Amino acid sequence: MNFRKYLILLAVVIFGPSGDVCLSRGMRDFGAVTAANWHLLLTVLSNCWILTGICLLLLFFGSYLTALSWADLTYVLPATALGYILMALLARIFLHESVTPAHWAGIGLIAVGVGVVATGPSRTVRSRQGKSRDGHGSPSEVAYDRGGS
Amino acid sequence: MSNAVAWVGIGCIVLTATAGDVCQSRAMRQIGDLGLLRQSRGILHVVRRVVSSPRFMLGLLFMALAFFSLLVTLSWAPLSVVGPASASLTFVSNAFAARIFLKERVGRRRWMAALFVAGGVVLLAR
Repeated sequence: MNFRKYLILLAVVIFGPSGDVCLSRGMRDFGAVTAANWHLLLTVLSNCWILTGICLLLLFFGSYLTALSWADLTYVLPATALGYILMALLARIFLHESVTPAHWAGIGLIAVGVGVVATGPSRTVRSRQGKSRDGHGSPSEVAYDRGGS
Repeated sequence: MSNAVAWVGIGCIVLTATAGDVCQSRAMRQIGDLGLLRQSRGILHVVRRVVSSPRFMLGLLFMALAFFSLLVTLSWAPLSVVGPASASLTFVSNAFAARIFLKERVGRRRWMAALFVAGGVVLLAR
């Protein structure tokens, strides 16, 4: 893992929750969408919060795909779970939602999970472009170039 | 709507979301490091390579199915049940699927991470 790859993971963590929060904030301007007023879904596309949310979610998807191009799925998903924590904090700050003790316990568990996976290798199988630079990790999880498939 | 039907819906969300993640991971691994590809061939080439990948498009199809399964299941059960259950079970099912279909080495470290994050998501979404 180099600095550029950590930046990509950080982009996944930041863009996903930010996009969701923008969408949520934008939908508050319109109220509930039902079968009777489905055409609201077309109107919401002119809302600047919704447009910002869509742009952020496109950036999230691009960063997520980039991360999957050089790291395992079982590395990327837990490593980017910090996004759930960011979403809870953003919802508290910008949407004024409450964060209960159970939420804080969840934040703690996610942080431990991220710490556990992030200290291991990011790739354990061979990619098309050849060698992984990550040879460290526990014996059961060594990167492929130290005895993998 | 009975609990059993809601759990069938949650099962559909988990299965389709996992299939989508696995297809996309496989597609990206096949294409190679997108960052290096962008530096050498440009962003347009990267976009063309990604959207012309059949596995990527299959992954998108599964993601769309997961989204519609979520919408349907939300009409059967409350979000407070469907959201945490589907998100946390998807973390665990992805670990199984990555081991079987992507041949990833899912050791103790990654199982622990998946279970910690799954538990955290359940608590956070309550």
